[in-house]
Amino acid sequence: MDSEVTPVHTEITLVVNGTEHRLRVDTRASLLDTLREDLGLTGSKKGCDHGQCGACTVLLDGRRANACLALAVAHDGAEVVTVEGLARDGRLSPLQEAFIEQDGFQCGYCTPGQLCSATAVLDEADRGWPSAVTGDLSADPVLDDDEIRERMSGNLCRCGAYMGIVRAVREAARKTETEEARA
Amino acid sequence: MTDRLESREKVTGAARYAYEYPLENPAYAAAVQSTIAKGEIAEVHADAALRIPGVLAVLSCENAPHLHDAGDAELALFQSRTVAYRGQFVAAVVAETLDIAREAARHVRVDYVSEPFDVRLSADDPRLYKPDKVNPVFPADTEQGDPEEAFTNSAVRVDATYTTPAEHNNPMEPHTTAAQWNDDGTLTLYDSTQGSSPTQETIAQVFGLDRTHVRVIAPHVGGGFGSKGTPRPNVVLAAMAAGAVGRPVKFAVPRQQMFATTGYRTPTIQRFRLGADADGTLNAIVHEVFEQSSTVTEFAEQTATPTRVVYRAANRRTAHRLARLDVPTPSWMRAPGETPGMFAQESAMDELAFAAGVDPVELRIRNDTDTEPESGLPFSSRNLVACLREGADRFGWEHRDPAPGVRWEGRKLVGMGVAASTYPAYMRPNKATARAEEDGTFTVRIAAADIGTGARTALTLIAAEALKADADRVTVEIGDSALPQATVAGGSAGTASWGTAVVRACESLRGKMNGSVPPGGLEASADTAAELEGRDAYARHAFGAQFSEVEVDADTGEVRVRRMLGVFAAGRIINPKTARSQFIGGMTMGIGMALMEESVMDPRFGDYVNRDLAQYHVPACADVRDIDAAWVEEADPHLNPMGSKGIGEIGIVGAAASVANAVHHATGVRVRDLPITPARLLPLL
Ligand code: FES
Ligand code: FES
Repeated sequence: MDSEVTPVHTEITLVVNGTEHRLRVDTRASLLDTLREDLGLTGSKKGCDHGQCGACTVLLDGRRANACLALAVAHDGAEVVTVEGLARDGRLSPLQEAFIEQDGFQCGYCTPGQLCSATAVLDEADRGWPSAVTGDLSADPVLDDDEIRERMSGNLCRCGAYMGIVRAVREAARKTETEEARA
Repeated sequence: MTDRLESREKVTGAARYAYEYPLENPAYAAAVQSTIAKGEIAEVHADAALRIPGVLAVLSCENAPHLHDAGDAELALFQSRTVAYRGQFVAAVVAETLDIAREAARHVRVDYVSEPFDVRLSADDPRLYKPDKVNPVFPADTEQGDPEEAFTNSAVRVDATYTTPAEHNNPMEPHTTAAQWNDDGTLTLYDSTQGSSPTQETIAQVFGLDRTHVRVIAPHVGGGFGSKGTPRPNVVLAAMAAGAVGRPVKFAVPRQQMFATTGYRTPTIQRFRLGADADGTLNAIVHEVFEQSSTVTEFAEQTATPTRVVYRAANRRTAHRLARLDVPTPSWMRAPGETPGMFAQESAMDELAFAAGVDPVELRIRNDTDTEPESGLPFSSRNLVACLREGADRFGWEHRDPAPGVRWEGRKLVGMGVAASTYPAYMRPNKATARAEEDGTFTVRIAAADIGTGARTALTLIAAEALKADADRVTVEIGDSALPQATVAGGSAGTASWGTAVVRACESLRGKMNGSVPPGGLEASADTAAELEGRDAYARHAFGAQFSEVEVDADTGEVRVRRMLGVFAAGRIINPKTARSQFIGGMTMGIGMALMEESVMDPRFGDYVNRDLAQYHVPACADVRDIDAAWVEEADPHLNPMGSKGIGEIGIVGAAASVANAVHHATGVRVRDLPITPARLLPLL
């Protein structure tokens, strides 16, 4: 038997949405397939399996990543948040609520990726990270529509829900800000 | 303004799509595609793949079970050694995991005897022929008056050739099936389909089963845009594989494989001639279309059919010519026919407006008609003029200086364009049941599909209205062929067709209830077949006017759409919230068509070369700045009990022409070949 085609398995640990999982993974398996097929967390979607559509976006150790491009074996010990982990105790996050309110989706297939991406966008802006369209790199970026569109452009939506997505992110950003100001 | 009923499931990841059902001990399939464009399979070498631990089976023409003819030769999977196009499925591996299946598929070696092939569409190909009909049932050619003579004698003439490229639907959810054969010989399919009943029917035929022995489950589907309207070979592959290994099998077509196997919009070459009086009044309209199908099946896109509907002219001709090439089989893509056809027509109208010195909005109003031009039938309702006026008003058209290529903003050229759109209001027969419980709740059942259209929500509103009940007391069950038989989510006919069956079932239930529900509940059913047969003769179409403002970078040739507005006349709008999204979604795809979408055929290998989402560009978030949709009030008593026309497709119809016309207004350059990429535009600036 060719050694190249004999599967090699490795044990890893993943903390997904706060729950620790001990797993034996094929070293070729993507994080996306591991989540979907091994852990039954099918919220993360596979649109291209090539890092080109964003449907598989998850938060990997706090930052957004395409789970289809991450090999599970390379992320032993990682903390992963998927769309299933965005709501707290059954309460939707402000972004999830805003997506419903603004009709930021149609078929819903890109939506988990959009939501994970948008969650990271709010965080990235909060940390002052600029984007390609940020004018003043030293000032705190303001999530206006141009910024949101730029930062959300790694997540394709073939249904064309972008108008609603941008409104939803804008609204959630505003809500989060107000809450922070209050706190 | 009702939220989508499945919103919560969709934003929490709980909504299950075809690949995502928990199955007992599933196996995984991966497909092998042909590497030649035409020829015969000499031998399939499966041994190397079969030796890989975890591989359960390799299927090909050498061992596939016999399938039955279901009227679509694309579904005759592995039934012959003939290869009809590059990328055709020639073998499949079934394995314990997806990784093993994919790896093993690379180890299946197929020997071919290849033959010379031809994948080039051209308007002077001697093999072009006139099909018996174009989709679905229209004549290929029509003629009235003396169009050649009238054209020659017209004071103002436009004679131009437009081309549109092959385009791929690319729904975000790939074509996916999970198949399971049950102990009693029945087949269960979790499938990404636009119609569970039609898929049930077709797949039952393929496997020689009674229709009721196949069940297709599809409550959530990740878009389709036509490409999931009829089952593709992947459905057969999954079912065949599940039979071969005696376990459930999951198969999602990898994005790269979708470009050959799951359908696309045919490229078109269209010669469009308009002859008019000096004031722009049309005398002659001639629309000649050249397009392709594969050698597998005849798929004749109805590209010139909208030309038979929109403008008045005494002398007219439309013609379709088809070439059967060694290419993948084209299929349905959002507003098939209308979309490429109206790009040509509405570009030609813009050229005519310019040539005649008439405002483009005014030109369209001037050539409006009360009766459908070719059939002579009265329209059930037609409000194209109202859409044009309302749109022009909202968009600020009155401030538009007609001169092209003169508005500079820095290094950007700015312009505005308009185009009309139209789409037929089809209706198809359907069945539904409605049930009342003693506690005042209702359940309505119909095998309709919600592929992102908002159908579940719209049908619930329709049912609630017919039942005179609050919507939260009504549950509508869809997306399962075990429910009363329904037609496909296609042709923008879903809501009208299903909704009518739902209304009739609910009316019948109310009649039976007589104010109260007996213990055990009450049920009523409806079948709209008879009702549809007796309809009065009207031309039933939705209309719209679409406006774009673009900026063109004079140094790079990059076109950006600053604003787009569509105003539509589509009967009664059932749920404004989801309807607006559908219109805007269609226009977004129209921006893709105008500026970036193009599947490039490689004549050396006979395949589309840009086979993924990095190379086949669809609009991203930053491409969409400001798109809005509005509609005019339209009461049309000749449609259906809701008074609705379909809205899923019309949004894309005029979008590309409105952008191309705006590019002309901005730059003075007429681009007749889509998409308007910087590479195409810059040399002309
Ligand atoms: S599935 Fe990962 S980016 Fe498309
Ligand atoms: S909602 Fe369908 S792809 Fe985004």
